[in-house]
Amino acid sequence: MALPSLEQMQVQHVAAQLNALHAELIDDDRLEEWPDLFEEKCRYSVISAENHNRSLNLAAVFCDSRGMLVDRIVSLRRANIFPAHAYRHILGPTRVVSSNEQIISAQTNYVVLMTRNDGQTSIYNSGKYIDKIDFSGGAPRFVSKTAIFDTHLIDTMMVRPI
Amino acid sequence: MATAPQTDNMKQDTSATGCRVPYRVFTDRQYYEREQENIFKGECWSFVGLEAEVPQAGDFKSTFVGETPVILTRDTDGGVHVVVNRCAHRGALVCREMRGNRASLECVYHQWAYDLKGNLIGVPFRRGLKGQGGMPGDFDMSQHNLRQLRTETVGGLVFASFSETVESCRDFLGPIVVGQIERIMCKPITVLGDQRQRIHGNWKLYAENTRDPYHASLLHLFHNTFGLYRSTQTGKALMDSSKRHSLLYSIAASNDDAADKQAYGDSRTFDTEFKLQDMSLLKGRQEFDDNITLVILAVYPNLVLQQIQNTLAVRQTVTYGPDDFELVWTHFGYQDDDEEMQAIRLKQANLIGPAGLISMEDGEAVEIVQNAIVGEERATSYIAMGGGRAEDADHLVTEGAIIGFWDNYREMVGFDLEPA
Repeated sequence: MALPSLEQMQVQHVAAQLNALHAELIDDDRLEEWPDLFEEKCRYSVISAENHNRSLNLAAVFCDSRGMLVDRIVSLRRANIFPAHAYRHILGPTRVVSSNEQIISAQTNYVVLMTRNDGQTSIYNSGKYIDKIDFSGGAPRFVSKTAIFDTHLIDTMMVRPI
Repeated sequence: MATAPQTDNMKQDTSATGCRVPYRVFTDRQYYEREQENIFKGECWSFVGLEAEVPQAGDFKSTFVGETPVILTRDTDGGVHVVVNRCAHRGALVCREMRGNRASLECVYHQWAYDLKGNLIGVPFRRGLKGQGGMPGDFDMSQHNLRQLRTETVGGLVFASFSETVESCRDFLGPIVVGQIERIMCKPITVLGDQRQRIHGNWKLYAENTRDPYHASLLHLFHNTFGLYRSTQTGKALMDSSKRHSLLYSIAASNDDAADKQAYGDSRTFDTEFKLQDMSLLKGRQEFDDNITLVILAVYPNLVLQQIQNTLAVRQTVTYGPDDFELVWTHFGYQDDDEEMQAIRLKQANLIGPAGLISMEDGEAVEIVQNAIVGEERATSYIAMGGGRAEDADHLVTEGAIIGFWDNYREMVGFDLEPA
């Protein structure tokens, strides 16, 4: 493998930083800031590998606008009832699959640990992100983010973004 | 069991009308084991899958009846079959995949092979090898098939029963359930995908939940906020003649803001300030001439068939233990859905399932009961909303269908098992 160019390292850094910030905003319960990581016109979906591998599009969460992301968060804060819990994302290295002057395609393995009120921490969800990131403007943003999860048995509920 | 002295406020008033269910039926393993025998392996039909999940000859799906692993297959004549997923030889799982396609079912342990109906068709080294070994001379292949369950389909839903004596599936379901199945399964369907949810509670708490229209507008606040479903809507709660199944439905055309304000006042369950940024989530189409937009058909013992707006799904209960079950949601649409309709169904899927904006609370509702009744030997629940009897209602402020469930349960399992 040839050594990466400076530009390739910059692209890789952008994609990894955006994923790290995505995880941090969710884990630190700064959910109101989370939709800002996405373009206005975007796609965010959380889909089981069980469905994805059969070319079935049914997702646990499917949003196709930033507004829908905001609605998910407002619903979490105002409407939904669920056991108190916290997430902790553990991210693997982000690999840039391809990039051009505008868009980075990247993927990243993740594990989400969940800690409930009883103090026990469990592996809640594990999978990989497949992302398209627009870095042509000021701040890089997700054009699309797909979390494909192996853990197809969801423990009780899924209210927080993955 | 020793009786502890009770103060007055610890005593339960058992004189008033209503249904009382001892909490130990949700926690005691003895009840769980009796349910497996008397309900799931007893005089019942259990839902195992959709015909559309096994469309081609050789297609199979691994699933469960209660806790017993079974396989749903499609044979080369087009028939569907349900067999216990356990080799007749030494008990190994025959199908280890969730789904797939095979010409025959072969156990990996010793390669005993069965046809798609579950008949034993091959035993390696049956006559030995070079004159050594082999099965005894009186070994009769036909006596060692996979356990074959009675299998019937209604409107593309496949049901199976361990019982040789239970009535036909259609009779078990009754005309109200069959009518509702046929209403939703009115044309060929296509499976959109599955969702699986692990709930740390007793499966019967979910059977109650899906027969309970009383909670809908009080627990699921997304409904109220967006006017998808309200207790002031026109709705009905009906049961079959045996009262083991339940049909809840409502008609959206009757939404009435003024009546809602009167009913809910300023309680937390009604918040008109809440507006969606992206209303496309609720964009849908009227699919049925009867204007019914919500159907929760709870079929005893392990199925819910639902229509919520344009989301169509079956929910199957798989039991793991007294305090543990899985809920398998299989979403579907119709084969003739156009592109826009497919998109509507995939977007509205945000409303239901374990991440569903209007349904995610049900797992928590089950678990907060399970967590509160741990170790309780004497106390009971008290179910009386709507009159305290297993009666139909032309409104949704009722728990009548829950009582219907318990009347059937009491008959099949009993409430008064002695602790082992």
